[in-house]
Amino acid sequence: MTTKAIHKSNTSSAAHMIKRGISVGFPIMLGYLPIALTYGVLARQAGMSLTELTLMSVMVFAGASQFMGANMIAVGAGAVEIIVATFVLNFRHFVMSLSFMNRLRGIGRNWKVPLSLGLTDETFAVSSLHTKEAKMEKGVLFYTALILTAYFSWVLGSLLGGVLGEVIPEQLSQSMGIALYAMFIGLLIPSVKKEIRIGIIAIIAMLINTIFNQFMSEGWAIVFGTVLGGLSGVFLLKEDQS
Amino acid sequence: MIFAVIIGMALVTMIPRAIPAFIVDKLQFKEWVNRWLNAIPFAALGALIFPGILNVKPDQPHIGLVGGAVAVVLAYLGLNVIVAVLGAIVTVFLLTM
Repeated sequence: MTTKAIHKSNTSSAAHMIKRGISVGFPIMLGYLPIALTYGVLARQAGMSLTELTLMSVMVFAGASQFMGANMIAVGAGAVEIIVATFVLNFRHFVMSLSFMNRLRGIGRNWKVPLSLGLTDETFAVSSLHTKEAKMEKGVLFYTALILTAYFSWVLGSLLGGVLGEVIPEQLSQSMGIALYAMFIGLLIPSVKKEIRIGIIAIIAMLINTIFNQFMSEGWAIVFGTVLGGLSGVFLLKEDQS
Repeated sequence: MIFAVIIGMALVTMIPRAIPAFIVDKLQFKEWVNRWLNAIPFAALGALIFPGILNVKPDQPHIGLVGGAVAVVLAYLGLNVIVAVLGAIVTVFLLTM
């Protein structure tokens, strides 16, 4: 009887975590769909087949680099050139993954590795602002559901864009270009309200990124902005803060 | 050819993402390194927002800034992220009409 009750509370906490992950991941879906549709359209125009453009979303799952890749394929760039540019643009995920995995220390490697592969700017930002689930029972299901929500929106959106072509009027898709920025802002502001020093860290990162953008590629500038901006947190964050 | 490009892009994206998952359990960080890593999300958000937001409409950088400002106000009022996102989309839509 007792074991049965425990078992029941386990499944319900699992279902609860999955539901929470999907609902917290929903803003990412909203931001990804128009961008994925646009990517699908662009990749078709670049001469990629439906299989190729969908496979790229399945295997790479990194928006900005896929746009860049499709553009470079369209202009006939060499494979090595495209791959090196992708590495530079996506290297920031190494820094993000190190930060995220440091939070997930309590979770086994069998979960950590697949979760790390689902790390994008957006899934990282949202996951990192929900740190308490990492310590909760079945918390890993929260991150898994969040990341899968984002992943399937991205993959299905790309496929749809490739099949349907320009379904969204240009003005609307352009307006939706603000969506992910607005999501980043919406994630940042509540933390800044609680602790103004977090805002200072973000502004330092913005300034470093802006300066470095003048003389290096966007990919490296974001890496330096994140790493050096984060370094200011060593002095600005107190021990107990997350 | 395109298939090889996709495999290559996937590898150079997946490997940097996955390495921390393999090494983090073997490392014990000093307290200041933990503070550094805990500050990374906020620094990343800053670097992802600016100056990229100026390129929402590349020839009119103020459009992205106004959309962003609306998101700041909506988030500051304590509204859900979704509301901030929708508010910013509507703002940019109206500004570019």
